[in-house]
Amino acid sequence: MAQIFHRSTNILSRLTIYGALFILAGLVWAAYIIYSSPYFTEVNVARQQPVPFSHKHHVSGLGLDCRFCHTSVEESSFAGIPPTETCMTCHSQIWSDSPMLEPVRASYRNNTSLEWTRVYQLPGYAYFNHSIHLNKGIGCSTCHGRVDRMPLTYRENPMQMQWCLDCHRNVERYVRPREDVFKMDYVPPGDQLALGEKLVKEYKIQKLTDCTTCHR
Amino acid sequence: MAWVLLGACRTDMHVQPRYKSLEPSPFFDDGRSARPLVEGTVARGHLRIDEHLYTGKVNGVDVDTFPFPMDRAMLERGRERFNIFCSPCHDRTGSGNGIIPQRGFRHPPSNHIDRLRKAPVGHFFDVITNGFGAMYSFASRIPPRDRWAIVAYIRVLQLSENATMADVPPEARVQLQREGP
Repeated sequence: MAQIFHRSTNILSRLTIYGALFILAGLVWAAYIIYSSPYFTEVNVARQQPVPFSHKHHVSGLGLDCRFCHTSVEESSFAGIPPTETCMTCHSQIWSDSPMLEPVRASYRNNTSLEWTRVYQLPGYAYFNHSIHLNKGIGCSTCHGRVDRMPLTYRENPMQMQWCLDCHRNVERYVRPREDVFKMDYVPPGDQLALGEKLVKEYKIQKLTDCTTCHR
Repeated sequence: MAWVLLGACRTDMHVQPRYKSLEPSPFFDDGRSARPLVEGTVARGHLRIDEHLYTGKVNGVDVDTFPFPMDRAMLERGRERFNIFCSPCHDRTGSGNGIIPQRGFRHPPSNHIDRLRKAPVGHFFDVITNGFGAMYSFASRIPPRDRWAIVAYIRVLQLSENATMADVPPEARVQLQREGP
C-alpha cells in the first residue's frame, strides 16, 4: 500500500510538536497577563456608586481627616463606612438641594442604607485588620494610594497575595513614623531603609510571613 | 483542556457563608446584616452608671470639673481629636471660621466669646454628645473619654487666645518675639 503522507510531511509533524511548546507557554503567559490586568484586579477602575462621592474634594479640597468618616480605623479590623448621619452633618446645610445628593437625603429621611459598592474586597479566606497596620506604622496611602487625588474612588493595588507579601517580606521599605500614617502627601525619606529598620525594632514588628498571619 | 482545568475552580472558600462588615442581607427586612442593638442591651464593661463621665451633668446640671485627671497626653489626644472632628467647622483655633462655614454652613460662635469662656466644661461635653443648633451629635463618632479630652483642649485654646506676654515662660519669650505668634 502506498504511503498516504509524503515523506516531507515529517517536518510538519516535528514543527507542530515543537510549536506546541510555544503555544502552551503563550497560553500560560496570556493567563498571567489577564490575571494581573485591571480586567481582573480592578486596579484603576472606578466603580459605579449611588452618589459620585469625591475623596479629592473632601480630603484635599476641604482638608477633612480620614478619621472624620472612617472612625473605627484605629481600633477595629474594619475602617468603617460612615453612616448617612456623617454625610448629613454638613450636607444638611451644604448642597442641601442638590439632586446628586438626593440618595443621601432619602437614606436619612427613610432610615434606609446607602448601598455603596465596595472598592476593596478581600476573599473570605484572608484575614485583614486595619488597626494593626496603622498602629505599626503603615500609612493609608501605602495601600490605598493618593486617595486625596481620586475624584472617584478606585483600587490602587491589586490585592493579590503577591502584593501583600511584597510588603510583609520587606516591611522596612514601607513602614513610616506612626504620627505620619494619615498623611496623604507623605514622601519616604532618602534613608528609608535605615529609618525602616529602626522603626521595625521600635514598633516590635514581628515575622509576618507565616501562612496563619493572614489565613486563620 | 482549559475548560477541564477551569472546571476545578470553585469559589466556596472565596465567598464563604458568613457576613462581612456591612454586607447586605436578604434575611432581614431592612436588608442589613449589621443589626442594631436590642433596646436595653449593655455590652460588658459599658454600663453607663457614671453620670458625670457619660453626660457631663450631675443632677441635671452641667459640671465644671473633669471626671478624670487631665495630663499632657490627654491634652494632646484632645488636640488630635479636635483637629479631626471639630476643626472643619470650628477652625483649628476654635474661631468658628473653619472651611465648612466658609462653604455655606451656618457659622458657629467662636469658642473665645465671653459666654463660652465662662461656660462650664459640662456644657461643651453636652454639645458634643447631643449636638447644638445646626451641629449634629458626635456621640457615635467620638467615645466619651475622647470628648472630655476635646473639652480640655478647648480650654487650652481659650487660654491661648487670651494669653499675654506675661503668661509666656521667660526662656520662651525671646523665641516668640523673634518668630512672631
